[in-house]
Order: sequence, then structure tokens, then C-alpha cells
Amino acid sequence: MKPTEGAAVTAAEGLARGRPKLDTVPPGDARDRGGKNQPMLAVNGLKKHFPIRGGLFNRRIGSVRAVDDVSFVVLKGETLGIVGESGCGKSTLARLLMHLIPRDAGELIFDGEGVEEAHGLTLRELRRNMQMVFQDSSSSLNPRLPVEDSIAYGPRAHGASRAQGKKIARELLEKVGLDPSLFGSRYPHELSGGQKQRVNVARALALNPRMLILDEAVSALDKSIEAQVLNQLRYLKRHFNLTYVFISHDLNVVQYVSDRVLVMYLGQVVEIGPVEAIYDRAKHPYTRALLNSRLSMNPDDRVDEAPLTGEPPNPVNPPSGCRFRIRCPFAQEVCAARTPAIGNWIDRSSHLAACHMLDAASGHSGAGPLPAGVAPNPASPWRQTSHEGAR
Amino acid sequence: MTPAPGNDKAPRPLVEVQDLAVKFVTREATVRAVNGVSFAMAPGEVLCIIGESGSGKSVTLRALMRLLPKRRAQLSGSIRVGDHDIQALTERQLTEVRGSTVSMIFQEPMTALDPVYTIGDQIAETVVRHEGCSHRAAMKRALDLLRLVKIPLPERRLKAYPHELSGGLRQRAMIALALSCRPSLLLADEPTTALDATVQIQVLILLRRLQKELGMGVIFVTHDLSVAAQIADRVAVMYAGRIVELGSIRDVLLRPSHPYTVGMLASTIHGGRLREAEIEVIPGSPPDLRWLPPGCSFAPRCRHAEPECTLSVPLPTGIAPDHMSCCFKADRLTRTKAPNIIA
Amino acid sequence: MEIAASANDAPALRVRGYWRTVGYRLRYDYVTLFFALVILLIALSAIFAPLLAPFDPLKTSMAYRLKPVGFRSFLLGTDELGRDMLSRLVYGGRMSLLMGLTPVVLATIIGGTLGVVAGFVGGSINMLIMRAIDIFYAFPSVLLAVAISGTMGGGMSNGLIALTLVFIPPLCRIAETAATQVRGLDFVEAARASGASTRSIILTHVLGNVLAPVFIYASSLISVAILLAAGLSFLGLGVEPPTPDWGLMLSTLRQAIYVQPYVCALPGLAIFITSLSFNLVSDGLRQAMDVRI
Repeated sequence: MKPTEGAAVTAAEGLARGRPKLDTVPPGDARDRGGKNQPMLAVNGLKKHFPIRGGLFNRRIGSVRAVDDVSFVVLKGETLGIVGESGCGKSTLARLLMHLIPRDAGELIFDGEGVEEAHGLTLRELRRNMQMVFQDSSSSLNPRLPVEDSIAYGPRAHGASRAQGKKIARELLEKVGLDPSLFGSRYPHELSGGQKQRVNVARALALNPRMLILDEAVSALDKSIEAQVLNQLRYLKRHFNLTYVFISHDLNVVQYVSDRVLVMYLGQVVEIGPVEAIYDRAKHPYTRALLNSRLSMNPDDRVDEAPLTGEPPNPVNPPSGCRFRIRCPFAQEVCAARTPAIGNWIDRSSHLAACHMLDAASGHSGAGPLPAGVAPNPASPWRQTSHEGAR
Repeated sequence: MTPAPGNDKAPRPLVEVQDLAVKFVTREATVRAVNGVSFAMAPGEVLCIIGESGSGKSVTLRALMRLLPKRRAQLSGSIRVGDHDIQALTERQLTEVRGSTVSMIFQEPMTALDPVYTIGDQIAETVVRHEGCSHRAAMKRALDLLRLVKIPLPERRLKAYPHELSGGLRQRAMIALALSCRPSLLLADEPTTALDATVQIQVLILLRRLQKELGMGVIFVTHDLSVAAQIADRVAVMYAGRIVELGSIRDVLLRPSHPYTVGMLASTIHGGRLREAEIEVIPGSPPDLRWLPPGCSFAPRCRHAEPECTLSVPLPTGIAPDHMSCCFKADRLTRTKAPNIIA
Repeated sequence: MEIAASANDAPALRVRGYWRTVGYRLRYDYVTLFFALVILLIALSAIFAPLLAPFDPLKTSMAYRLKPVGFRSFLLGTDELGRDMLSRLVYGGRMSLLMGLTPVVLATIIGGTLGVVAGFVGGSINMLIMRAIDIFYAFPSVLLAVAISGTMGGGMSNGLIALTLVFIPPLCRIAETAATQVRGLDFVEAARASGASTRSIILTHVLGNVLAPVFIYASSLISVAILLAAGLSFLGLGVEPPTPDWGLMLSTLRQAIYVQPYVCALPGLAIFITSLSFNLVSDGLRQAMDVRI
């Protein structure tokens, strides 16, 4: 658990690009097996459909297509932000990545090795490498265990002795900014929201993982506490040489912490790219609408018209073709006929979006470098306004 | 319900609250949720009460309608809404006032709407109760209201049950229910916190539009400063049961003069913030309302605190004509440059 | 490091521990305290029966049959065979308490384990266990107890078995509900995410949170068990004569009710007071333990 040593090597590189040194992985991390260019996690074609049962014998009458053909990579040392609204599948995705629920299709490759496959990692080994920080809630910590024991549970489940577990717990409590002698024997109900969240982080770090999935980790906290926890996370990332997957619905927070951002809509990836590219030059109409829905802190800068009407639809019966076409002002015939492909990802600076307007061969009248020339058509038959807000 | 004398210079404030204090008394401890809140609100104005959890904002809101549990909550101070002295009303008079003069919308529409009645029935019931018209007329009114809040396919939605609607539509239905008897004051307790960003902005725009059209006063409780920036005319910042800063939205956001407001603005993550800069945080956490520190309740976390701050509670200090701050150092703070939050 | 310092600046005040809060609440709950004392007295008198009983409970006496309360040295009168009521009541307390507590304890262990397993594992095992339990649930408890005990022939041990079987389904159900709820909570997911074994998760995380509702429910069953046990004895399906047992005493004294009404009512009174005391104490415990901080 040594701080980044090789940072000096890439400092010049970092400064030259004008970007911080945080997104590079230094050589010398003993647990690194795949090398610098191997993505920490590669996700291919991930699918998860939840069956809806009904009828006389609990037959499967439909499915909730929570995650549908999702592919992306997480590079070593980066923070990948995942944004989306309710129903987009990001929580399901988090649990799929953690192997907490079984997937229906697709591959998950950690540092070049499959999980639970012949020559890959076992699930138990994966657990030592990848951990999750849950949203702060009354149920994120066992109310009957002192926080020390909650943190030590992971190491002890992997064979550490009681004393070792306690030592790890106390060290981690200090690292997350809680005095172990004051807080170690406290129960969760004796802690504030921010303190509980720090304990959550400590628990996730107890197994010394290389990657953390933060599922709405700061969403339930007050803004001033959120700031404290984010600072702490940033410090821990540097100190423990971690890779983060940061899932949130809060666009501002994601912009602040992420190196690259992935936008999800209704179980699919609609856009992925470096954070500045997404926030300054978003390509997908949904991403743009989402960014325009942000409220500014300037009272003179009020939004007069909602950028997007309707609601995030239900993933039970997604529309054919492009799932966003129901609310998209640029929808045309081709959008209902074919699902747009997101394109091929090359490296960390690739900026891809799944939209027919970006594909010259798609047949969309606005296809070209940027969809500036197409006027939005609210009366487009492909928008099917009867779906608006329907469940 | 004695009418109060009017002021011929400016319109009489719609809401006047003086020294409101709310204590929750249990055998184990006394929680001082609200400690001396005073403010006034003009008719047709939007006042946002901003605070974090434990600041007393929701309790203040519920006190305005006396929605707090009778036995556990002790209210003191005076509350006037329109022509009604809320503290003096009997139970029957209170039920007359609720819904017709003052209405409220909540954070979770699923718990605020009755799941076994259709939307139309619920709205019609309120209308019949307060205006005494026939059920048919009330249903027509319900339809008009659903159109007013821009619910698509309103005829069909009249017959829908709450669980058949999505979150944003339920919120709109709740707004329709709240507006059914044309209240002069609408109380909103974080109605958009649980909504997605794209839905939140629709609901906020809707509220603002309705408020202007109907000339209603709105008191909107939120923890999100950007929500206040979007819809508020005036803002009250609450901390540990007291209002620490009160003023117009531009004054408070652009020229904050209480260390807590300054700290909140500095630690809010928003668009223009530099990614590498560490966020300035307000150290520590909000005080436990059972054991409030003496003097200024923010002093333990305040970087400008001095020993005199713990001696007595600071009184409101006027900074500008309509801008007050409860801090001994208020004028000194406004003279220093406010953090540039508009990047 | 200032980041580390900031969380400690105003640490959340140390709240009184859970058990101390329970104790605090109970201290002011006079009803519960009073009836807990009553239970204690009943239990003590049952335990020290040989010391407290002035006479041999089995010694009959044809001369002193059905004497009223306070007759000579028979403080509470005599029954239809001349035996001292006070002694029989005191010894009867042993039987009643035994028949009341044992089935509940056994049912808690068996039903609780089944319920936790069903709740935590879920799926087809859950269905198997719960549907089997539902079959028993379909019968009213009294009828079921009578049917089982009658089929097995009467007697104390058969009565105990019957009562245990009657109480397993509700306890199983409570445990299953609690376990299912706990299973979905974040901290259990986190425990799974840390790679712990199912057994470890159940023991460390699930059990502690399931125990409280199960315990409270079980304590409320004790009063029912006492009534049912007395009922079984009354019907002749429980303890055999001449063993002193309140239910049996009620049954044999039934005919004499017009002769000595007060004496005949005594066993009923004893059952009533005991059952009521357990009921109120368990209710008080439930309220005190329901501390949602």
C-alpha cells in the first residue's frame, strides 16, 4: 500500500498534456499482472434481463431489460464516471461488475483474466481486487456490529486472525479520517452520515483492492459533507493507487471527479469519452439534454424551457431501434428501424456516441460531423408522444 | 381570525413569522429543532429556505400549517398567514385553512397520495370539501387542473391510480391536488429532490409558471442552492434551527455575508470548478440539536470565530436594505471579496 | 493532514448504548415492572414449592373435602379429594410453567432455524419449507394441539410435543420474514461482496438482526402456551392425575363449582394471572426494545 512512486516518470508527460498526473498507473505495483496498457476491467456485451413473473404458474411474461449489451473498458489508474437517470441500469451494472448478481450474457475480464473460468481468477480472488462502496443509508452497515468489526469482517472472512483484522480496521479508520480510538467501538447509529460513509469506504478498502466501484457513494450526503468525502476519496486514490468507477446521477460531481465519462440510457451506453469532450462537446442528443438540464448557481442564468420533455421510460418494453427516439427532437424513420452502433473504441481519448446522426451511412438526414443542421421536429411521427410519461 | 391592520405603503406581507421555536420533548432529551425564526414574505413571492439536514427547515414548514405531532412538539412564537393567526386557530378552523389558504406538496408523492383512490377522486374530494360544489363540477375542475400542470392525456389520468403514474407525473398530480382550492400560499418540502435531473427542471419550471399565473406565494424548502437559484426571489439560509442569512437571491448568492453561506457556496461542486483544486470544506459536522453550543451555533466550525462569538447568539444585522445576516462579523465579511462561484 | 482532522472536529456525541436505552425505558414502565415481579414470584414459588407448600399435594383426606378458603390450616381450602389447594397450586405452577416455556423454547430453536435458512437461501428451498409450514398453519392452534396430542395418546411428553409442533409454524414464519428482509440490506450485500461464506454471513450478520423480532414474538407466545397447556390438561390430554396441574385442577373441580365457587375458581385465577403477566411483560419488552435510533 505504498503511495505512487513512479509518478515522477510521467510528470513531464502529464504536464505536457496539461492534465494531472492522476490518470497514469506507475510501474512497480506488485499486484499488477496485465501491464500498463491492459485495461483494469474490460466489459463486453453485458446483458441482464430480470424476468417478470405472473399468471397462474408464475410464468415468465416479460422481462425488465436492465442492462442490454453494454461494453466498455476501465483503464488502470483512471476514474470512470457513469451517469444516467433512473431506469438506466447503472445500479444493476454495478452489481454485475461486482458479481453480486449473475449475468445473462457477456464477459467481464479483470486485468486480462476472466473470472471463474479455467485459467482465470476465482471469485474469491476477484473479491480481493475489486470492492464496492455503497450509498449511505441506514442499511449500509450492520447496526449490531461496532464499526471496527464491520471493517474487519472482510479480512477475517479471508483468513485473517482477530488481532490482524482489528489492526487493519484501525489503520483504515485513520486513513479515512476517523480517530480509531474514538470511533472504533461505536455503532453505526452513533455516527453521522458523512462518518458512516467514511466507514463504508474503509470497509471497501479492507481487502486492499485495486479497484473501487462507488455506487452513488456521496448522493445521500449533505453538500458540505459530500465535499469532505470527495476530498478523502481523492486522497485515498492517490495513496492506495486505486482505480475508481464512480456511478452517480449528479452531473457536477461526476465532472469533478472523473477522467472519462460513460452515459447510460435505458440499459445501454449512449456516449463515452474524456470528461472535457463530454461536457463541452457532447455528441448524443440525450447527453446534451442532460447537460442542459443542470441548474446553474447564477440566479441571472435561469432555464426557461425544459431541454427534455417526458420521463425516463420503463425498461420493460423499450422502443425499437434507438431507445431514445421517443424523446429525441431529431428522431427520424431510421431511428425506429435500426439501433445505432456506438463505434469502435480505440484509446482513452476516443469520444463515441450511439446516434445515427454521427454515421454518414445511416440514412439520417442530419448525418454528418455535428447535427447542427437538422431542425428538431416535435411533430415527428417517430416521437410517439403517447409514450410520454407512460409506465 | 382577526384581520390585522394593513400597511398602506407596501402590500401587507402574506406570511409573518415571529420568534418561532419548536421543541420536541421526549423523556430522554429535548430536541430544539427551531430556535427563534422570524421572517416575512410578500404575496406572490417565492421564498426558498435552504439548509442541510438538521437545520430545522422542514420543521419550520410544517409549523406553518401546524402539521407537527401535537403532544411531542411544543410551538412558541407567532405565525400569521393571510388573515389567520395560525397558533390561535381551533382544530376545525385549521382544517378549513389547510388546503384552501395554505397547501403543501411533499418530497415523496407516493406517500402523499392515497393509493386506493384515483387521482381524479382525490382532487375532486378536496374541491367538494372546501367549496361545497357537486362531484361532477369538482371532476371538471380536476380535469382543468391536470391540464394546468401539463399532464399528458389528462382524461385518462383522471381515472388512474397513483401507482400507475411515473415519479414526475405523480409529482405533478400532487401539485394539481395542492392547487385545487386556489391557495394563496403553497408550501413545498423538497418536492424535486427525488426526481431525475431532466424531470426536476420540468417541475421547477412548471412551479414557477404556475406561481406567476396564480399570484401564489411559495415557500420552497431545499438543500440545493442551484434549485434556489432557479426559482427563488428571496432566500433564507438556516443552520441549527435559526435563520443565519436572509435576503434576495442575488444578494445571498453573489454577496454572501455569513460564514456558513460562504462556506456552502465554496464547497458546492458545480460546473466551472477546477478539477484539480481541492474543495474547501466546512470542517466538522452540524451540531446535535439536543445539546446546542452556547452563543452562535456555527462558531465551532467557523474560521472567523472569536471568543466573543460563543457568548451570545448574534442578532440579525442589516447589510443592505433587504439583506440581513446573523453574524457578529457580517459587515467585515461583505467587504472582503466573495468567492467567485460563477465560473 | 487537514482532511483527516476535519472529521474529528465535532465527532457525533456518544449515544447511550442500545441495551442501556432499553433499560432506561423499562425503568419507567411501571406496568411491565410490576408484572415482571409477579412472574418472578410465580417462578420462585414454583421452584421452591417443597419449601412453600404446607402440605403434601397428593395427600387426600376424605374428611376435609371441599373446605372453603381459610378453613383451619388450609389457607386456600381443599379440593374434591381433600387435598390442600395452596400446596397443589404451588406445585401446579411448576407444571404450568414447564408446559408453557418448554414448547416455546424448543419451537423457537427449531422454527427459528428453519425460518432463517428458508429466508436466507430463498428459491425452491424457501418454497419447500414455507409451504410445508403453511399446511400446519391452516389448522387452528387449539384444534391442532388437541388432535396431535389425542392421536399420540395423552400424557405430559406428548402434550409437550404437540405444543411444540403448534408453535413452530408462526415462529418459522417470523424468522423467515425477518431473514428475507435482512438479506436484501446493503450490509449483507457488502458481506457477500467481500467473499465471505454463506455460513459466516448468516452467523455474523443475519442472526443478530433476526433475533430481536423472533425473541419478542416468542415471548408473546408464552402466555398462549400456558393457556393451551392448561386447556390440554383440562381436556385430559396433558398431565395425568393425580399430578397437580392447574388445567387438570380446573377440570376436576368443575362439578364442585356450586359447592365451593371460590376454591374452584382458584386454578383459573392462577392461569389467568400467569398468562396475563407474561403477555404484558412481553409487550413492554417489545416497546422498550423497539428503539429506532
